[in-house]
This record gives sequence, structure tokens and C-alpha cells, in this order.
Amino acid sequence: MPRDTLTGSRIRERRVMAGIKQSELAKRADISPSYLNLIEHNRRRIGGKLLIDIANALGVEPTSLTEGAETALLATLREAASNTQMGEGEFARVEEFAGRFPGWAALLAESQRRIETLQSSVEALTDRLTHDPHLAASLHEMLSTVTAIRSAASILVEPEDIEPEWQRRFNRNIYEDSARLADTSRSLAQYLEASDTEATETNAPQDEVDAVFNKAGFHIPALERDAADVEDLTAVLGEGLSHSARWLLHRTLRRYRDDAARMPLADCADAVAETGSDPVALAAWFGSDVASAMRRLASLPDDLLAEPVGLAICDGSCVTTFRKPLPDFPLPRLGAGCALWPLYRSLARPMMVHSQVMEQSARTSARYRAYAIAQPTGPVRAGQDVLFESHMLVVPEPSRDITEPIHEVGLTCRICPNPSCEGRREPSIMGTTDERRF
Amino acid sequence: MSKQVLLIEDEPNIIEAISFILSRDGWTVKTHSNGADALDILRDRQPDVVILDVMLPGKSGYDILRELREDPENAAMPVLMLTARGQSKDREIAERAGCNAFMTKPFSNADMLETVRRLAGT
Repeated sequence: MPRDTLTGSRIRERRVMAGIKQSELAKRADISPSYLNLIEHNRRRIGGKLLIDIANALGVEPTSLTEGAETALLATLREAASNTQMGEGEFARVEEFAGRFPGWAALLAESQRRIETLQSSVEALTDRLTHDPHLAASLHEMLSTVTAIRSAASILVEPEDIEPEWQRRFNRNIYEDSARLADTSRSLAQYLEASDTEATETNAPQDEVDAVFNKAGFHIPALERDAADVEDLTAVLGEGLSHSARWLLHRTLRRYRDDAARMPLADCADAVAETGSDPVALAAWFGSDVASAMRRLASLPDDLLAEPVGLAICDGSCVTTFRKPLPDFPLPRLGAGCALWPLYRSLARPMMVHSQVMEQSARTSARYRAYAIAQPTGPVRAGQDVLFESHMLVVPEPSRDITEPIHEVGLTCRICPNPSCEGRREPSIMGTTDERRF
Repeated sequence: MSKQVLLIEDEPNIIEAISFILSRDGWTVKTHSNGADALDILRDRQPDVVILDVMLPGKSGYDILRELREDPENAAMPVLMLTARGQSKDREIAERAGCNAFMTKPFSNADMLETVRRLAGT
């Protein structure tokens, strides 16, 4: 299992922020400045008593030096590496790379995200060219008409004599076909211009809505007021989005407004002060369902909660329909997450609240409590199957004294090092050659 | 007796242009516009060369060609396929279906004539 090699970088960052010279910190920790220098540049591992001494000298908790917000960055870098022929030895140094060259690592991660977005766009455009019946029919019509015009025009310009009757016929054909070509071209141009207004459709509409909520910080004050106007807000927040994304945004905002009306912000402040980030307790407080309480917790302002919470919602096909990631618990944008997440398991046992403590296989120091429930998407009707959607609220679990089982989960199979997982659907790039052998 | 070409195409003005070019060259040109019963027409007429469009109402040119090649009596009938799609994979599909020549729209009259002559061995 990879060890965290960024502790040195965090020590250096904290020291500089505190305005302490390297020699001074080394003296306080009773080590030589050159040894501290090696530690700060992630050239020496650190733990145990020395870590505690340095943390005390800096006036911080030891865990703040060993736990960082780099999981998302590292996950993205591993994704980038997975698309290359990088050797295992080089791959294992990803944390060292991120620690020693944070600026370059961030740039590489940003490029990787950009590549993913472009790949998604290319796939969407290719799919459109292949499967858009209107586009295919229009192009076929144009090529057939051009063929007829070209053949007729070629006949007319040939030096051989052509009877007047045939001349008139081909002239008429060219006239008719050119008119038809003009109509088809105009129709196609209008169709493509209309599609231009859907320019962002090459990204998934869900991505566009995710971007709106990320920008807003997942808390939208306009929806906390009585009689909030979702139509107006959709027009403002959805400006420049594709039609599909605006539709999705409207639906999500309406749900937010309804949740806020049932669980007003002022009352939520009292509730979370007493019950914390427990969605079951919040649901009991307001007499609401648990999924609504999860969404409400995820939409509260950051200063109301003791710690930030993450939220993932998926439909019955396990497609993520809403995602609020945590810095240390990213939710994959492309592809599904870990099959071991209670988000998916709850679909097998609807209406039951799953609560479990999780650790990520690639990062044992970070723990989370996940609450998950699958609830019907609409009213129950006699004689009809019920569709379910699943919610999973992710809350950092600071307690180290946990007696209940701790579930090891991953982010996605590709970057998960657990070789014996029964949920694995593809080999991990972090496994050994033997583990990848089939 | 002149050699016969059967043109299976649903675009009237293309039919007229090709018919004119081939007729002027001495061919007897018969035409048909529907894919559904094209096989019956082919078996019945026994043309020297077939010009077969891919996109036809009723049945695609690819399907007509595959069925024609499965019929031992007509497996060797020379077929020129016409298509608006000119990618290599389209050519590959046509060749796998059993075409003898492949032309992409829009084509030149001279190329069309030369290809038909070649297929008929004239």
C-alpha cells in the first residue's frame, strides 16, 4: 500500500506559514537542520516520536501533517499515468512527484481533466455523426443531389452533340436539383446553428449542472427564502448552458427549494448544532425522509457544519445524478465509483439506512462515515414496480477509537490497490504484474 | 445484341443521367428503384452488369448483394456499388458483401463508364 510521502511538504508549509526558520525548528525538534531539510523535501520518511515533536514545535496536530487534501490530485495523476506505458517503479513515485513539484503536478492534473473533457466531447461528436438520423439523412440527400447535378452538367459540357430534347431535360434537372440542394443546405445550416446554441451539449448535461453547484459552493441563498422563484433562478444560473442542462438544473433547484421549505435554514442551524451531520437525526428532527435530510445537509453553508459533507446520488442504473465531492473523497466524474460504496449496496436493500465507517484502500489515514439509503423516485402505485434512487452522504470520521467494523473501499477500480476485491471490474494499475496477469 | 446494365437506384435524376451516359455508349439500360424486390428482378433479368445503390427503400444494397452472392447461379454477377459514404470501412463492408467495384457519390461520368466497361469485360 503506498505510503504518504507529502508529510515533509506539509511540515515545510506549516513552518514557513509560522515564520520559523528551518534551523530553529530543527533545534526545537532536536535534529540537525540538514536532516530536517531532507524531511521537508520528502527525501526521508517521518513518523512516530519525531513527527509528534515537530508537530508540537509547530503547534499543530500531528494528523494535520500526515493528512492532506491531495487525494483528488493524486487520483488524477494516477489516472493520467494509467494512459501511458509508465513502469511500476516510476508509477509508485507519484506522491513524491506531487510533493516535490506541486505546481507541475497541479498543471498535469489540470491537463488530464482537460483531456478527459475533450475526450468526452469527441465521443459525443462522433456519436452524433454516427447516430444523428437528421444529419445522416441531410448529408445523403445533399450528396445524391450533387451527384445528379454533376452527371447532368458533365453531359451538357461534353463536345458531343446532344439532342435539344435531352438538353432541355438535363437543364431542367440541374435547375430542379440546384433548388433542392439549396433547400437541403439551408435546412442543414439551420439545424447546425440550432445545435450551436447547445454547444456545451458535447459535455454531459450533468457536468454542466455540477459546475453550477460547484461554483455556488452547493449553498444557494436565493432558494432559502420563502416562495423562491426557481424559474428565474434557473434562467440566471443556467445562462449559457445547453437546453438539457437547464432542464436538469431546474429539476435540481426545485428539489433544493422543496427541501429548504421543509427544513428551513434557521431551524437547521439548531438541529445540526445538536445532532451534527447525522441525516437520520436530522430527518427525525423535521419529520422528513432520510434522503431529503442528506440533500439538506449537503446544501447547508460551510460555517453551519463542524465539517464539510459530501453527497452522491445515483439512479437505478447506478449513474451518478448529483455529486458533491470532498477534497479527500473525490467522486469520479467519468465512469462509476467503487462497487463497495453503500451508495450502490443500498439499491439491493431499499429503505434501509446503511451506516458504515470507510477507509480508502489507497489512503488508510482518512476515515469517513457513510450514510446511504435507496428511496422510491416517485409515489408508490398499485401493481407497478417502484424505481429507486440512492443517496450517500459522506462525513469525515475524526474518531480513531472506533469499535465497529471499518470497511475498506476505493475510488475506482483502476486506481485501487486492493487485489482481492470481489467487486473488481478491471485490473488496477497499482497492482503488481502478477496481479494484472490473467 | 447490346449488353445490358441493370441500374438499381432510387434517385430519378441520377437514373436519368446514368441511363443517358450508358445508352449513348451502346448499353441497354434497365432500371429499378426498390430494394425489396430487387433480387427477383436481378434473377429474372440476368444483366451483364449491375449498378447497385446502397441506400434503397425496402432493403439495403449490402443485403441485396449478400443474398445474391449466396445464390450459386448468380454468385458471379458483376456488381458496381454506389454509395454516398466513402470511408474505408464502407468500402470494406461493400467488398466483404461481394462487390466487384465500388464508387463514391459524386462520381464522374467517365469513371462510371470505364468501370462498367471493365466489369463487362469489354
